[in-house]
Amino acid sequence: MPRAAQPKSAKPKQAEAEAASDPDFELRSLQTAHAKSPRYKATRDELIGFYEQMLLIRRFEEKAGQLYGLGLIGGFCHLYIGQEAVAVGLQSALDQERDSVITGYRDHGHMLAYGLDPKIIMAELTGRQAGISKGKGGSMHMFSTEKRFYGGHGIVGAQVPLGAGLAFAHKYRGDGGVCIAYFGDGAANQGQVYETFNMASLWKLPIIFVVEDNQYAMGTASKRSSAETHFHRRGTAFRIPGMDVNGMDVLEVRQAAELALAHVRGGNGPVLMELNTYRYRGHSMSDPAKYRTRAEVDDVREHNDPIERAKKELIELGESEESLKALDKRIRGVVGEAADFAESSPEPELAELYTDVLVERG
Amino acid sequence: MATEIKMPALSPTMEEGTLTRWLVKEGDEVASGDILAEIETDKATMEFEAVDEGTIGAIMVPEGTQNVKVGTVIAVLEGDDSEAPAQAGASKEKSPPAEAPASAGAQAPPEPEIARDEKPAPAPSADAPQGGATSTMTVREALRDAMAEEMRADPRVFVMGEEVAQYQGAYKVTQGLLEEFGDTRVIDTPITEYGFAGIGTGAAMGGLRPIVEFMTFNFAMQAIDHIVNSAAKTHYMSGGQMRCPVVFRGPNGAASRVGAQHSQNYAPWYASVPGLVVIAPYSADDAKGLLKAAIRSEDPVVFLENELVYGRSFEVPEGDDHIVPIGKARVVREGRDVTIVTYSIGVGISLEAAQALAGEGIEAEVIDLRTLRPLDREAILASLAKTNRMVVAEEGWPTCSIASEVIALCMEQGFDDLDAPVMRVCNEDVPLPYAANLEKAALIDAARIAEAVRKVCYRT
Repeated sequence: MPRAAQPKSAKPKQAEAEAASDPDFELRSLQTAHAKSPRYKATRDELIGFYEQMLLIRRFEEKAGQLYGLGLIGGFCHLYIGQEAVAVGLQSALDQERDSVITGYRDHGHMLAYGLDPKIIMAELTGRQAGISKGKGGSMHMFSTEKRFYGGHGIVGAQVPLGAGLAFAHKYRGDGGVCIAYFGDGAANQGQVYETFNMASLWKLPIIFVVEDNQYAMGTASKRSSAETHFHRRGTAFRIPGMDVNGMDVLEVRQAAELALAHVRGGNGPVLMELNTYRYRGHSMSDPAKYRTRAEVDDVREHNDPIERAKKELIELGESEESLKALDKRIRGVVGEAADFAESSPEPELAELYTDVLVERG
Repeated sequence: MATEIKMPALSPTMEEGTLTRWLVKEGDEVASGDILAEIETDKATMEFEAVDEGTIGAIMVPEGTQNVKVGTVIAVLEGDDSEAPAQAGASKEKSPPAEAPASAGAQAPPEPEIARDEKPAPAPSADAPQGGATSTMTVREALRDAMAEEMRADPRVFVMGEEVAQYQGAYKVTQGLLEEFGDTRVIDTPITEYGFAGIGTGAAMGGLRPIVEFMTFNFAMQAIDHIVNSAAKTHYMSGGQMRCPVVFRGPNGAASRVGAQHSQNYAPWYASVPGLVVIAPYSADDAKGLLKAAIRSEDPVVFLENELVYGRSFEVPEGDDHIVPIGKARVVREGRDVTIVTYSIGVGISLEAAQALAGEGIEAEVIDLRTLRPLDREAILASLAKTNRMVVAEEGWPTCSIASEVIALCMEQGFDDLDAPVMRVCNEDVPLPYAANLEKAALIDAARIAEAVRKVCYRT
């Protein structure tokens, strides 16, 4: 049974008691504050916005899966289905004028949450000239310096020190920006992550480390690969406060993001957030899914789906089924257009093979 | 019983130094561990401690004396077994710590020292303003000046690495930078190459101009993922959107008696990677001009220095505008009979070989590649067309080397100009041994280069 529904620190009561007598209690202060008021009070319009973004990601990824099956997308393709609330909740709290974001190879959802045009993302997936990287990056390597989205990195864990470098640049320039560096429960076991924790805390870099714990590193369950599966505790050795967040609830993610951002913007150094979430699809398109049961996936879908949760709340707030249906239809249209664009756009010119190797010579 | 106190060797290759200051005077009683003097090499100022107790009988070399050879008797210690320990405390009070040098370099552990060898100097650089004023400086000073000038000119430029700030650089290359630019721009990192190479790379992506110093490139193996996968490929993968103007610099290649794990030339590794610029200068003027160009470059640069060359002196054009273009080789010696293509420390060795060969009537042209990627193919082929014979000299392993690349180029594009097969002179194909004789046998030298030249000239 995945733990996504239940923040882990809520389980052992004795941890709370220990915390109170712990001289390092401030490392848990954010979590304590978060537990007191875990959910963001969204207006109906805000919640519709979140819902729309999450739905766009899901429909986009479903379409990408179809195009992969048709052979239009090649190589590796990692879908974000199930994890939508993480990117949407966090991105919604950022100041897009100054904050920066970096993630690993499961990056389509983050780019959509950042407001990038689905057409140029899909066209990158199909390897076309109109793609955001002119078709030369592919699913795992997409960037938008204009939106301060710094990738899109294919080496597990590499985005963590790179993100700290972006945070270093924010601090160096004094521009008030914060970097969010996303990585998975798998990447959380890379040594460079802890090298980065050390320096980020030592230098009080404005960075939020976000572990998207989708329960599986490829096919290896967290508990089979990680001695400490409470990933938010892993900053303790570096004096980085941790937060344990339900990544299946966009409002909880948003609320936690605000707390973390306020802490980091206050010049207090990094925060480590653990977002408990779940990936419905395989690690990549070529995943045999032998490591978990269909029942496990269905259980999360049925009881804990972030989009269904938002939909239910919208209806409670008075949103009509019809208007939500219309919204879904509109999003399907947007995604369909993106897919048509990505299929019909031309491949890059052969001359592109030799461009962009170096800035100054070529 | 009198004991001679001799000028100590503070590293395996130190031959002489300056006796900066005596902290004791004649008649002082000293105990084992008391600081007797400060000795300055070109890399660090170090304190010299007494190993025996006794009374300073005579000081033979006054303070301030330069070029004191290792082994020179600098003082005489009169033995006094019964009284010395009781006096030790008093002796210490005579040299209060406040007078000790403030430089962190004072505590520097012995690092391999540079032998001041008299190598034949290269011809003036074609890039150097002819007739302009020059001053003599070491490669170490030239590198420091290049960084300082670029940091003054561009607030985005900063330097980070292990011991670059308070320690003043493990090899003293960043000496004085902390004092001038402060700790926001001269940043000591923990020993965490993978992590700080990634942070430097990310800072470049975020719009800064980092200079990431590796204490040596041997340690950059821990960081090579960020150099190759993060820095080199991002511009291409982003379709030209995201730049990464970072400089990775530090000593590369064999040092002196530091064994296999600290002695390796990584030039061929990095030079094989599209998306990187790879520079390996020899002389101080090139070191300065190319490092400035590297810092200004929009592309990621791997800048390979050489510890054994840091202390060598060359004429360097004065002023802040001495820039050497990236991607251009330099003819350091003209000749008509044969071309020796080389780079980094190989340049000095090749010039030595060329001097010896001149005595035999063979005039060798020596080409310093300076930039290894992009390689100056035109310069190599032009010299081949002129001399029709070539030897490639490289302080590094032979297999898949820069030499291999140059030879392939001559085969593919210069075949009709060849009067003999191109030969390479590289290190032996073994991990570098520690024993002095084995190390010497493993590394290239002028005799081997001269022998290869005779072969391609059919003079054997």
